[in-house]
Amino acid sequence: MARDTLTGSRIRERRVILGMKQAELARRADISASYLNLIEHNRRRIGGKLLLDIAEILGVEPSVLTEGAEAALIATLREAALRTQASGAELDRLDEFAGRFPGWARLLADNRARIDTLERSVEALTDRLAHDPHLADALHEMLTMVTAIRSTASILAEPGDLDPDWQRRFHRNIYEDSARLAESSRSLVSYLEAEGKAAAESGTPQEEVEALFEAADYHIALLDAGAAPERAVQEMGGALSSTARALLHRAFSRYAADAAAMPLAQVLEAVVGTGTDPLALARRFGTDPARAMRRLASLPADAPCGAVGLAICDASGVFTFRKPLPDFPIPRFGADCPLWPLFPALSRPMSVLSRVLHAAGRQSGAVTAIAFAQPAGPPELNREPVFEAHMMIAPATRRSTDEAEEVGITCRICPRIACRARREPSLLGDPAQQGF
Amino acid sequence: MSKRVMLIEDEPNIIEAISFILSREGLAVETHSDGTTANEKLRACRPDLLILDVMLPGKSGYDILRELREDTATAELPVLMLTARGQSRDREMAERAGVSAFMTKPFSNAEMLETVRALVAGGA
Repeated sequence: MARDTLTGSRIRERRVILGMKQAELARRADISASYLNLIEHNRRRIGGKLLLDIAEILGVEPSVLTEGAEAALIATLREAALRTQASGAELDRLDEFAGRFPGWARLLADNRARIDTLERSVEALTDRLAHDPHLADALHEMLTMVTAIRSTASILAEPGDLDPDWQRRFHRNIYEDSARLAESSRSLVSYLEAEGKAAAESGTPQEEVEALFEAADYHIALLDAGAAPERAVQEMGGALSSTARALLHRAFSRYAADAAAMPLAQVLEAVVGTGTDPLALARRFGTDPARAMRRLASLPADAPCGAVGLAICDASGVFTFRKPLPDFPIPRFGADCPLWPLFPALSRPMSVLSRVLHAAGRQSGAVTAIAFAQPAGPPELNREPVFEAHMMIAPATRRSTDEAEEVGITCRICPRIACRARREPSLLGDPAQQGF
Repeated sequence: MSKRVMLIEDEPNIIEAISFILSREGLAVETHSDGTTANEKLRACRPDLLILDVMLPGKSGYDILRELREDTATAELPVLMLTARGQSRDREMAERAGVSAFMTKPFSNAEMLETVRALVAGGA
């Protein structure tokens, strides 16, 4: 059931919480009890003065009754339920649950997010164990030492006399190898402690950088004030792993170059006229649309143009930057939807693609997505350019919302069952009907 | 005349231990530590058995094995491969390259001797 059709349920819940009889609320709102009963069972729409009156009697803002719990919370709970299908969670009563028990709902959503982070840490650690060249070298060194010690010790332990010269040599070899083994073990433990701690706490280096940007609300005031990237990395990235700091330095260097080309004060003034149109802003500053998108996504939260999200991917489709919007999440682990214009843009470089998108299965607003791909660096003689794509997202206007194209967030929970871009079966349907 | 075994391994103390136990068994042991010149050394030595480490400086044991399998003079030479990586894909890689026997470090001296005896006698 759509969220805005549950206003009646929320009125009933609020009234019950207050211990108020239906007849009393009807009397005070100056309507009949039977009419209120129809409203409370969502069989009559409610709005205007009556809604304002009932909200006042119940002591809540009207929006609490019409909008219910926070949209992002509902979306997270829905995903949590779909990912644990056997739980039997009552999806049709999700709004009711989040509205009546917001604290429990938030706890459940936070725990789901924590599980995601922990699962990612396990994946990162497993991946590290399997592919880390430093770890492979360290283990090889240790096994080599153990082999030498075992083989030599076996000779010494055999019954019978051993030539004294050989005996001395083998004792010396064991002494040398055991010292090397001790050193290798210490070095390995230090490495695992340092790297394992970073991975367990923050996942991949890319995720560490994303967490830092998210905590700063994607606006790095220090860089906008003209600080050097190195200083900003030193001041803000002290707790990151060494790889994450290297990534942060690259991100901050780009941010600083963008800020120098499009100073904050001038951009804030310009967006009053251009809004979130990256092409108009790029023209105004004589720069490329990708830089304009990045600047729009880095403005302070109270910028006059409103919130802007951004996804940047390299030519292989891997995200290098992500700033989601509440109405349009961007998956954390690269399981995004191929229907987003971000990906077609890679095959049509230097063309600006614009689409109005609506996230399938979500009771949220549409967004305008503008995508653009360009070479990631300057031209080089006889070398193919490597492209990078940007996709900016901003809440769509009411007019364009009607034309919104439905896209997914991730295949696994996408309700577009017969989707031509589907790469794995959705939990929401029979795999056989999805071409699997 | 005693059988000749060539050991290509870059860890000196493993070389010393294996050489000792094989020499005591009556085998003539020749050793070498560099991957890049391993095949030249093999052609000159013409051993009855090659014990080959995987991770060698200059060239991997897999590459050395592939090259000697392509040479008619060494195509049938029994080869015992030693590696610190015992995963199935490492074993498969060694088998594809034409290995006769495969041993994961750390191995026991008894295990090594048993395999060497079988290989020089004509079966693994």
